[in-house]
Amino acid sequence: MAIFRDFSSQKRDRSASDRQRHKELVKKKIKEGIADIIAEEAIIGKNKNKVIKVPIKGIKEYRFIYGKNSKGAAQGTGNEEKGQVIQDGRGQPGQGVGQAGNRPGEDIYETEITIEEAVNMMFEDMELPDLDRKKYFQTEAETYRKYLGYQKKGVRARLSKRKTMKNRLKRKKILGSNLQEGESFPFHNDDLVYKRLVVDIQEHSNAVVFCLMDTSASMDQIKKYLARSFYFLLYSFLKNRYRNTEIVFVAHHTEAKEVTENEFFHKVESGGTMISSGYKKVLEIIEQRYNPAIWNIYAFHCSDGDNFSSDNRAAVEYAKQLTEVCNLFGYGEIKPNTSYSWSSMIDEFRKIEAENFISLKIRNKENIWPALKKFLTLDHSNSLLED
Amino acid sequence: MDWTISELDKWNDKIEELAQKLGLDYFPQEFEVCDYHDMLGYQSYVGMPSRYPHWSFGKSFEKQRTMYKHGVGGLAYEMVINTNPCLAYLMIDNPLSMQVLTMAHVYGHNDFFKNNINFSHTRPEFALEMFKRHAERVRSYVEMPSIGYSRVENILDAAHSISFHTDRNLRVKRLTEEEQKDEYYRNLNRSPDPWSHLKSKDFRHEQEFMPEPTEDLLGFIADNNKRLEPWEKDLLNIVKEETLYFMPQMETKIMNEGWASFWHFTILNRLNLPANMHMDFIRAHNQVIRPHIGGLNPYHIGYCIFTKLAGSDGHTIEYDINQQIFDVRTIDRDVSFLRRFLTEDLARELHLFEYQQKGSRVTVSEVSDEEGWESVRDTLLKNIGMNGIPCIKVKDINSRTNTLQLIHSYDDRELELNYVRKTMEHVYNLWSRNPVTLDTTIDGRDVKCTYRDENFTVEEN
Repeated sequence: MAIFRDFSSQKRDRSASDRQRHKELVKKKIKEGIADIIAEEAIIGKNKNKVIKVPIKGIKEYRFIYGKNSKGAAQGTGNEEKGQVIQDGRGQPGQGVGQAGNRPGEDIYETEITIEEAVNMMFEDMELPDLDRKKYFQTEAETYRKYLGYQKKGVRARLSKRKTMKNRLKRKKILGSNLQEGESFPFHNDDLVYKRLVVDIQEHSNAVVFCLMDTSASMDQIKKYLARSFYFLLYSFLKNRYRNTEIVFVAHHTEAKEVTENEFFHKVESGGTMISSGYKKVLEIIEQRYNPAIWNIYAFHCSDGDNFSSDNRAAVEYAKQLTEVCNLFGYGEIKPNTSYSWSSMIDEFRKIEAENFISLKIRNKENIWPALKKFLTLDHSNSLLED
Repeated sequence: MDWTISELDKWNDKIEELAQKLGLDYFPQEFEVCDYHDMLGYQSYVGMPSRYPHWSFGKSFEKQRTMYKHGVGGLAYEMVINTNPCLAYLMIDNPLSMQVLTMAHVYGHNDFFKNNINFSHTRPEFALEMFKRHAERVRSYVEMPSIGYSRVENILDAAHSISFHTDRNLRVKRLTEEEQKDEYYRNLNRSPDPWSHLKSKDFRHEQEFMPEPTEDLLGFIADNNKRLEPWEKDLLNIVKEETLYFMPQMETKIMNEGWASFWHFTILNRLNLPANMHMDFIRAHNQVIRPHIGGLNPYHIGYCIFTKLAGSDGHTIEYDINQQIFDVRTIDRDVSFLRRFLTEDLARELHLFEYQQKGSRVTVSEVSDEEGWESVRDTLLKNIGMNGIPCIKVKDINSRTNTLQLIHSYDDRELELNYVRKTMEHVYNLWSRNPVTLDTTIDGRDVKCTYRDENFTVEEN
């Protein structure tokens, strides 16, 4: 005599809130690890809507467990022989012998997110430093509304009572009847007149960001990769946050020129390095197109710091000039652990004492995200500076 | 849906009649029809309709749903919980033949829960109530403004990390410190020092008597960390109580599934199913008890042993049911069950082998032949039930530094150090951020892992 309870679709989804909390934790985890994920070479400069599959190591529930070196037992086909290798290299999870026993396998979730979403997550809490917020216009587009003219259709809130009243009286007069004091007569649909609302958009594209990159011969593949990763993040951030921000790309070796986004990320140049040329070019462009009285100017420069020493003085001089016109000027020296170089611009730049100048070193992919954060928060601490 | 509730009811009567005739002894049975979404939900809460909130249950749900979506399992055929009356879930999408098989299977589990001695402490008549009360209490802490969700979550995260480190075997009587002391002096044929209670604990090292290290780390912290607030202690005890309820299921997985599979096979063969249903049943049965190559299928292993014990070869349907199997289902747990009944022939038949991992390479280190099978069996025994979980004991508290001293009972199996670090961080938090040490063996050397001032170190002892 068993009791049967029939299916009921009225049941509560009990796990909903626990799933929600788990999702929050996963998101937090992605946010922490995204710098790694996003700086993969394959996605740099690619379509921002490209869906990337991000394998996330699940939120681990740590316990005391045995290491992988202990033995396990499993069922086989009966053809196993002692000494036989049954798995070599990285096996497919969920298959093969490695799964046997009580050892918790690695929880791996695959999350499909777009690069844009990923970047969004990274920059959720960040803003460009608005150093001179009061002095300059805000970067956001300003919109305001005003009534201009009238229209036959509209919402009740914008009904023009005065015009509508006039229309009603006109109609009555046209019909030839005399108006009696205190006489009431109905409104007609045709009497109704609405105020026309015009949305006036005033856009102030008054922030400009200069991306300046050293493309000399000494900038080898790794360095370029790091610089590109850095700019990719910066660029994604800006695109994402400030629709009305202009971005100017400048590439330099001994000479500098303004380039397109595509050229900036993909062109290969060669030759020596004259950092001053890049700064000079930026200053020129600022003078021609971006009056510092109106524009918020942010400039970033990535270089391996391998400059012609005769150029150092000029470079420092121009850099100082840049700090005078820019809200923020950041210098990122790309120095991978593997490379060796004689000179370092960063030592020269220590002479510059400006609040809005930040210089730091980027040694590996892991440094990119902290570097960007340090720039954008005007963090003058010594992290990312030491050798 | 090719069935109605009243049809299931009819089949159930036939199944029950057979089950009783064949000697099964079970709690009253209740079946609830659910869909796959409900089933995933029940699974992530280990069957309990009511459970306290924690993200790990959400994770479990997502994981099983992902697996189910990708067709790599994740969905139980059936789910039976250890309650009185016994509660089981039937999936609405399953055809009649599957429902009948599941129902017969359920009576096997029900009988096992009621009779296996390892479940004797679980009080199945109060189980649902217990989980509900726990959930209510945890929710009340969450809603208390002075506590809130994240503080509750932090304690639960930490408590879960050591949830298995409680009394591993309730059938082994644990003596209190007083009882141990009495026994110690009785063995010495001497009276205990009558002034010992006047001496400060610092002198305990100089005393002769030392209490046995306890396996109940979770309970030890709840009882001995004076700085824990009552709600924190309560959370630790909730986790401990629920672990003690579930532990017998971990300890008898192979037996329990084998027993239920043996009974669904036995009952269905005697049900006089119509031909088409019988074919479906055989197909489903073979699916359930097929070996998992490269893994271990508890259904398969348990089923093979029970059919052998019952005097069947597992293929014929005519066999007498031997009384011995009822005794076995009452007194054994997986470890004793396999130690007693996993013979060389069976090890060979189940194609059991032993493997060893070195780096990313996995090698067969032993096979079930004449020389190797015992070694394979012993390795298997080391990896099932609570044996798969390292044994960590509380050695002592250094009362001057308030250091919680743990010791790992090393048995040639090393701990995963990264997990040790993270787990010790949890223990450190539960120990009110006082130092925690753990003695273990790494690379053949005795080491002491220390968590102190947010720092984890490993030093040679």
